[in-house]
This record gives sequence, C-alpha cells and structure tokens, in this order.
Amino acid sequence: AGAGAERRSGKELTKVGSSGGEMWSRTLLKSLRGARQSSQQSGERSLGTLCIVEAKDGAGGLDSASKATLACAQKHLPKPFVALVASDAKGASEAAAGEIASLAGVETVLHGVSDKEGANGLLAEPLSQVVAALVGKLEPTHVVTGSNTFGKNLLPRVAALLDSAPITDVVQVVDESTFVRPIYAGNALSTVKFVGKGPLLLSVRTTAFGSEALETAQGAGAEVASVGAEEVAAGAAAEALSEWVGEEKSESERPQLDAARVVVSGGRALKSKENFEMLEKLADQLGGALGASRAAVDAGMCSNDLQVGQTGKVVAPELYLAIGISGAIQHLAGMKDSKTIVAINKDPEAPIFKVADYGLVGDLFKIIPELAEKLPSQK
Amino acid sequence: FLFDLLRVVMSGRRVLVAVKRAIDYKVQIRVNKDCTGVEDAKMSMNPFDEIAVEEGVKMKENKQADEVVVVSIGPKKCSETIRTALAMGADRGIHVEIDQNLFPLDVAKVLQKVVEKESPQLCLLGKQAIDNDCNQTGQMLAGLMNWPQGTFASKLDFDGEKTVQVTREVDGGLETVELTLPSVITCDLRLNKPRYTALPQIMKAKKKPIDTITPEDLGVSISPRLKVVSVNPPPKREGGGKVADVDELISKLESHGLA
Repeated sequence: AGAGAERRSGKELTKVGSSGGEMWSRTLLKSLRGARQSSQQSGERSLGTLCIVEAKDGAGGLDSASKATLACAQKHLPKPFVALVASDAKGASEAAAGEIASLAGVETVLHGVSDKEGANGLLAEPLSQVVAALVGKLEPTHVVTGSNTFGKNLLPRVAALLDSAPITDVVQVVDESTFVRPIYAGNALSTVKFVGKGPLLLSVRTTAFGSEALETAQGAGAEVASVGAEEVAAGAAAEALSEWVGEEKSESERPQLDAARVVVSGGRALKSKENFEMLEKLADQLGGALGASRAAVDAGMCSNDLQVGQTGKVVAPELYLAIGISGAIQHLAGMKDSKTIVAINKDPEAPIFKVADYGLVGDLFKIIPELAEKLPSQK
Repeated sequence: FLFDLLRVVMSGRRVLVAVKRAIDYKVQIRVNKDCTGVEDAKMSMNPFDEIAVEEGVKMKENKQADEVVVVSIGPKKCSETIRTALAMGADRGIHVEIDQNLFPLDVAKVLQKVVEKESPQLCLLGKQAIDNDCNQTGQMLAGLMNWPQGTFASKLDFDGEKTVQVTREVDGGLETVELTLPSVITCDLRLNKPRYTALPQIMKAKKKPIDTITPEDLGVSISPRLKVVSVNPPPKREGGGKVADVDELISKLESHGLA
C-alpha cells in the first residue's frame, strides 16, 4: 500500500451502543411486531423496503450512490423504508443517519453495524450476514442499494445467503417486480421480472436515479437507532475471513466524477502523465471532474478511479469532453448518456464522433491550449 | 469415491477457474427482431475470464499452484472455450453441459458443487461477463461457500501460506484486503495481460482431458427466479455534429451555458 495507507486490525468486535442490548425503542418494536403478525396472517410482508447505504469518513454527507438508492426507494419502491447505514467511521455513520432520518417515507435509520476503525465495517463477509439477519427480522419486500463498488461487492453475496436472484444496475423501475437494466455494454436494455419468492434485491445505477430530488418529511423525522445486537452478532463469525489492510485514495478538490456537471476525459492520445495533467487546468476552468479511458489508466497516465466505461464508472454529466479518446464500445458504455458530448480527435473516423454533438477534428496538443486560453478563467 | 478421495489428498494447491463463452467484445451487437435477445455473433472467452485463466497459469509457473482446473457451464460449444484455457496452460477441464441461459444464482450453485467436488484452495472468476454485465457470480459463490471474496482484483500477493493479499480497484482508488484461503477472487482488467496461444500449445491442449457432466450429475436443479420480459435497443443518440475550430466550439458551449 502507498501513501496514506494504514494497517488496521478488524478483529475486535466493539460493543454497539451504550446499553448493549436495547436497540429498538419499545413503541417501534411493538408496532412492527403487531404489523408483522397481522401481515403474516394475511400472507403479506409488513415493511416495504430496506435501503443499504454507505457513509465514508470525510465524505461530507451522503454520496451520489446513496442518494440514488434513497431516491429510488422514495419514488418507486414500497414504503415505508428502513435505511441501514454501513460505514468506516462512527461519526460518518451517525451524521449520515441524521441526514436520512429527515427524508419522507423513512421509518427508521439503523447505524452502528461496526464501530471498527478503517473500512473493516464495510467488508462484505460480515456485513452480508448482518444484512441477511436484518432481512430475516424485518421481512422487507425489497432490498435496495447503489450499483457502485460497495453495492456490487455486497449485494450478490447477500442474495446468495438469502437464496435469491438480485437485479443489479437498474436504470428504470417498471413496477415493483419489473426492472430495466443495461446489458452488452448498454447496447441493449433488458426488462426483467422477478418471479421468485422472498424479498426482491436490487441495485440502482447512480445516473438513473441521482437527479431525482429527495423529498423531506413533513413533521418529525424518523427514528435513529443502532442495529440490533443479534444482527451485529450474525456478522461476528465472518470477521475471521477477511481483514482490511489499507487503501490508496486520490484526494481532489474537484467534483466527484459520478456527480459532476462537467467531465473532461483523456485517452491514449495524450501519451503521458504530464500531458494528461494538461487537462486539469481545463477541468478547473469548466468546473469539472477529470475522467479517463481504459487506455489512459493502463498506460499509467492517471489513477484507476478516473476510468469511465463498461467496467469503470458510468457518468451522465451535462458536458462530456472526450479528448484523444477513440470511442470504443466499452468506453461509450460509460458516457453515452451525457447531455452534450464534445470530441476532440485527430482521426476523423474515430467512433467517438458518431455519438458527439460537437466534434472537432484536429491535434489536441494545439486545440487544448487554445481552448484553455480562450475559455473564461476558472469557475 | 476412491478417485475423488485420491484427488483431494493429492490436490496440493489447486486453482479452479470458471470461464464463460460470451459474444466477442469487439462485436457491435444488434437486438433481434422479436426483442428476446441479440443476434448471433462471433463468440469468445469472456475477456475477464481470460485474465482469470492467465492468473491461474502464472500461479502454476511461479509454483504457487500445482494444478489449474477450468470449468465452464453452457452448451456444447463451451468445450471450445475450455480448450482455449487448456491451450493457455490449464491442466484439465470440466464442462457442465446445459443449453438454457442461466442467471448468476444458478451458475453459482453449479460452481458450488464443482468446488465441493474439486476442493480448490482458490477460485478465480472474471469480474463480470460482458454479455449480461451482472458482476454477481463470484460474490454469490463466495457467499454460498462462506469463503472470503476479493472482488475487482488488480493484484494478488501470496506471501503467506494461508492468506492472500488482494488489491482491489474500487470507486475511490485502490483498496487492499487480506483474505484467508480458500477464497474466491474476481479478476479485473489490470490484473495481468493474457498470453496469446501459439500452435504448439493449441495442439498440446487437444490431449488434455475435459470431463463433461450435467447439472443433474452434480445434484443441482436449475430454478430461475427471474424472467426476461423483453430486450430492446437503447434510445438512439444522434451524433456526428462537427465544429470547425475552437472559436465555434466555445460559442456552442456558451449557448448551452457550459462555458
């Protein structure tokens, strides 16, 4: 591990909450039990949706994937919903819980799955057991999370524990059991219907639900509580399987790539890391984030978290500037839903021009400096 | 039974690699006329699975593994995909033959049975199949086996005897986790660069054994929980617009309120 990486051990199980065992307020537990008993008699489930969101330390609030998850639940999935906040730090977990509690449709926000330091609290092996136990207790009809690396890592494992087939990377909700998801790098859309028993597990693509504004609740906010001791204990055995060792994260003042209004993206033709850095000034002038094609990352021009594409990040900004990017199928998958696409490439036959609104054929090493010079200075 | 027992006893470090036969990544797919799927096109080994095979073979070359077993689940022609893996250096193959298209849960259940039979110390899978883009099977297999999972792996370190350090490519950058063995790893783009198979390796591969079985042989009953209602093309994007120079580009950006 490189700069800023730390080794932390995830082996101690810290007690959750000051009182250890008392995790639910009495009234809430009573009303849920009552509801569940009557619903069991009618054969229906009582809770609508369980939302799983991730709160990272220092992130300054909910990330775009979490917001998309909550927006999807609020607008398209059965209410009420319970949100579970998984986090790498107690403070972040509590802050996020507070933010979610003010949303409409939320019944309870649960946090404190793990008080461990470092990202051990986000590991899939114990967390999936906690979620499975929580699903067993709450009996939601739907379980939803974001289709980011956290959700991709976690949800299928949860689904396997529950013997269920999840529907991942959803871009549209048709009805409560029918969803649309992209396949073949987004060159086809598959409408899938859940015909199984038990809860329906799904993950949502950030760009599909992220722009829907979250509605705040009228009146008092939802209950914020620690996850039950039983559920936390369900994850204990799995803690022996894995340990978080460290991380190398890029720090940047620029907007997050998956939420930015503008993305300035560089490809193979930039040739070097130094040249790639030329795009930074342009990004700042446009108030945008930096992105990259796979080729640029492979060549070591920038870090992997900038990669836009079928297996990297999917973005849909107001403006996507593709600079020196040829436009392979796999790259288009990650940006073809951008509102306006500008392409700058020496090769007039480059496939990127087929999707570009404004294509400029020419030498990027002349065009970019000219663009930077003529654009109004930093936003 | 005795052969299975012998196999387990003699297993040393066995690596099981799962490979999928999928539409070639270079193909521009087209949705078929009745909107049930895509038109037939050239098929190849899923690119992420090539990376998984390469990693297994490299482990053998570095004496970190004794045997690389390749498994594929699907129709008859999957045997071609297995042969490609054998040509890359895998030792033997298992073809679980079934004509129906499977969702990841059923794939994972079949793999679970193969894992129970073969007792590998490591399962390598590609991160996702480029046809359905699910990115689920490895995680599901790990959940069913109650094994640790190292997903989106860009680097593997087998320093310890009983553990593996996995560097993962995640949204924020890179993350390293340490997993106990046995575990499931899903391989990402930058883990390695798969080798080309030269004719001598292809010829050698023809003699390597492929065991053909069915899901029933493994005691798995396929029960899809999902139904594909329809497959449709995405909304068409009009492109091809051009600007003559930087000045024109800037005026266009300004008209959109972007500059």
